[in-house]
Amino acid sequence: MRIAKMIDRIDFGLMSSDDIRKMSVTKIVTADTYDEDGYPIEGGLMDLRLGVIDPGLRCRTCGAGARDCPGHFGHIEIARPVVNIGYVEDIYDCLRATCRSRTCGRILLSDEKATNIRKEIESQKKEGGRWWEISKKAIRDASAVETCPHCKEKKIKIKFEKPTSFNEGKNRLTPSDVRERLEKIPNDDLLLMGIDPLVARPEWMVLTVVPVPPVTVRPSITIESGVRSEDDMTHKLVDVIRINQRLADNIESGAPHLIVEDLWELLQYHVTTYIDNAVSGVPPARHRSGRVLRTIAQRLRGKEGRFRGNLSGKRVDFSARTVVSPDPNISINEIGLTEYVAKTLTVPVRVTEHNLEDLRNFVRRGPDAYPGANYLMSPDGKRYDLRYADREELANNLEVGYRLERHLKDGDIVLFNRQPSLHRMSIMAHEVKVLPGKTFRLNLSVCPPYNADFDGDEMNVHVPQTEEAQAEARILMKVQEQILSPRFGGPIIGGIQDHITGAYLLTKRDTKLSRDDAQQLLASARMFKDLPKPAGKEDGEEYWTGKQIYSMLFPKDLNLRFKAKICENCASCKKEDCEIDAYVSIKDGELVTGVIDARAMKALDRCEILDRIIKDYGTTAAKDYLDNATKLSIASAMKFGFTTGIDDEDIPTEAIDRINEAIDDAKEKVKKLIEVYNAGELEPLPGRSLHETLEMRIMGVLAESRDTAGSIAEKYLGLTNHAVVMARTGARGSMLNLTQMAACVGQQSVRGERISRGYKGRTLPHFKAGDLGADARGFISSSYKGGLKPLEFFFHAMGGREGLVDTAVRTAQSGYLQRRLINALQDLRVEYDGTVRDDRGYIVQFVYGEDNVDPSRSEGGKSVNVKKILSQIVGD
Amino acid sequence: MTEKWDVLGHELVPDHKVLSKEETKELLKRFKIGAFQMPRIRSNDPAAMACGAKPGDIVKITRKSPTAGKVLAYRYVIEG
Repeated sequence: MRIAKMIDRIDFGLMSSDDIRKMSVTKIVTADTYDEDGYPIEGGLMDLRLGVIDPGLRCRTCGAGARDCPGHFGHIEIARPVVNIGYVEDIYDCLRATCRSRTCGRILLSDEKATNIRKEIESQKKEGGRWWEISKKAIRDASAVETCPHCKEKKIKIKFEKPTSFNEGKNRLTPSDVRERLEKIPNDDLLLMGIDPLVARPEWMVLTVVPVPPVTVRPSITIESGVRSEDDMTHKLVDVIRINQRLADNIESGAPHLIVEDLWELLQYHVTTYIDNAVSGVPPARHRSGRVLRTIAQRLRGKEGRFRGNLSGKRVDFSARTVVSPDPNISINEIGLTEYVAKTLTVPVRVTEHNLEDLRNFVRRGPDAYPGANYLMSPDGKRYDLRYADREELANNLEVGYRLERHLKDGDIVLFNRQPSLHRMSIMAHEVKVLPGKTFRLNLSVCPPYNADFDGDEMNVHVPQTEEAQAEARILMKVQEQILSPRFGGPIIGGIQDHITGAYLLTKRDTKLSRDDAQQLLASARMFKDLPKPAGKEDGEEYWTGKQIYSMLFPKDLNLRFKAKICENCASCKKEDCEIDAYVSIKDGELVTGVIDARAMKALDRCEILDRIIKDYGTTAAKDYLDNATKLSIASAMKFGFTTGIDDEDIPTEAIDRINEAIDDAKEKVKKLIEVYNAGELEPLPGRSLHETLEMRIMGVLAESRDTAGSIAEKYLGLTNHAVVMARTGARGSMLNLTQMAACVGQQSVRGERISRGYKGRTLPHFKAGDLGADARGFISSSYKGGLKPLEFFFHAMGGREGLVDTAVRTAQSGYLQRRLINALQDLRVEYDGTVRDDRGYIVQFVYGEDNVDPSRSEGGKSVNVKKILSQIVGD
Repeated sequence: MTEKWDVLGHELVPDHKVLSKEETKELLKRFKIGAFQMPRIRSNDPAAMACGAKPGDIVKITRKSPTAGKVLAYRYVIEG
């Protein structure tokens, strides 16, 4: 790449009035824009010298048409100076830190002090420190001084009245007075106040000339009816010119002082709102319709402003967006794209002698036949649009050195993304697979990292265009490289929902499969391997266990032992002899005991097996295992059949009776507690008031009663119940969810307390004031399935609403926190010597994370897994 | 209140030590940095005062770490 000019440094400073006049191509004098014929008026805001936006006209400054003219600045000479609202605080600093004398104007610090500060600033600048904070201190010190150390002039306190006026004692300082004083400050003193006189003089903070931006910056729009509508900035400039004209006329005709002052004030208002229309204390300027005008500061500030909206974030080419839907049959590394997307997005490929013939056919097929190509670039930089070119001729003339923008095809690499992009797994690289339909297809296992579901979620695709970018995406960003999360050093990609239940159904103890069934399962998992020796014979028929089939997924030398999710945490573990088969033991790639459930293969859970495979056998092996295991699980779930419905929450009447009894007992206990409390005999807990003690005791009793109700219900909900299978294996839902449906919903709470607000002394008019009983304070003894009573329903809505509000508030707060963290940490990196440094080379950590361990390559955050090494060496 | 409280003796305060001239030179060479590019500590910080650090010194802090056992950190002492 040729570099015409190198940027050495950038200075930020202010423009002087002369600078503004120098860059201006014309003085703007009239507030009118167009004449009756719709032709721009000379000396008006749409002057042809400021550039052109209407096609057909030519710029009178550069002679270019609307497409090529960059626009040129003009200026307005204002009759009296006004304060620039963006710098009022700095003007105030300058005024209060300097001498008021017309002859002096020095900073109110002795020469001795000044030299010290100068030295300090120099040293801080050399070290790259915060030198401006010393200036701030200097200003603070100077403004506290009462008499000038240079000319002994007494100081009169200057008060800054927001937004734009300054008062010295009783006298008001006009912008002219202010400007006069600022002019007096010598250059040497400016450095002490943090102003570099090479790029800015303080008096330039008081405007005498207003720059008029080119029309290209504030284009007017013509509506179909032919009515012109001007940009907000043009409207504001019209106001400035109008008032300026009136002010000038009044001064000219020698109008009374009062009137001139008023108009001056008004001019200040218009210039202020022209620069920033959201200054506190200044009513925002409005459009005739009442809409607030969007002026200079509003264009730059905020999320949709120039910086965040157009410079940090741009709309890009080579991207696509549509609804996502699941496809369990593609690999986690793949993404299903539609033919329409594949034909619109292209990759540039260089023509070489190896692909010449192949690419000729792509040229021949052109943009409409898939897979074809959209554009062809010749070595001399000519670009052929294959929609209109003679494709046959181009194909025959194709030579080495051409570049062809070819349709996406299977195996190409693309980036896939879902907002909000909260971690690095929110953008991963996938291999293209072109599929019928109109949606993006993704494997279910990659839902957790993207946090995607299929209730209408949309996702984005981006196509890397250079070979380097494609290689980087393949090596670093492919889904299989992202299985381990850097957050906790375990898999964030793994089985979900049906994958877990399916694996459980297949691997539980009594699963026996005939030869046909076993082969059917293997085939649907695309595992074309020979069956192992049958586990035994039943009624003369050979059979295989589910564990045997699942074991076929494992590497031959996999050894692993852990407790499954269904483990009941007995006091002494019986290991391989566990009654519920919760002790998983894999020996030499053979699942000997235990069931496969959430602990073994669920994303974001322990995911033991996948974790072991990826760390010992690599990412490709892990991808293959996951692809096959999920398919096998789904096939199993379909083979054995799996369904759930409300009858899964049915419990016998005797159970319901027992539950009601337990709840009645608890309510009785609550009543007794209240009686004790009312009698004044309740013993307060340490650090609690009597009332708090009562509330805590009641909550305890009621929580216990819900748990009792739950455990009664659980006794009737065994592992033959599909809802229970899901909860116990960790596939979906919890036992609490089930007992709330089957037995008792329990206490509703707002702000962590029993519901107590509403009416005076009571929650609802149905209760006596002061009733502290279970029912009066939001205890729901019904079950969801049995149905809630009207009052219970109301309490439930109260608790539910709090949850809703909480989530809304939480997402907003964590989003802002995330933004601030990213801004604070974005330039940090780990250097080759293991230190963490920022962009200035400042050390943040001497040893990354204190131990130099990359969590995504660690064993659950630790650098070594002692247990694993031990079992490998000792053999158990 | 005449008894002096030993800050460095407290369990939660890691060990602070002022580096010698040679050690300082060696450290700055090892990390290829100027002293100003290091994390700072004020000279009026209780731990800095307790180990007798003066502005311009470098303090070595030896901390206990649950993952790495022992961790060394360095602070450049500034006026304060």
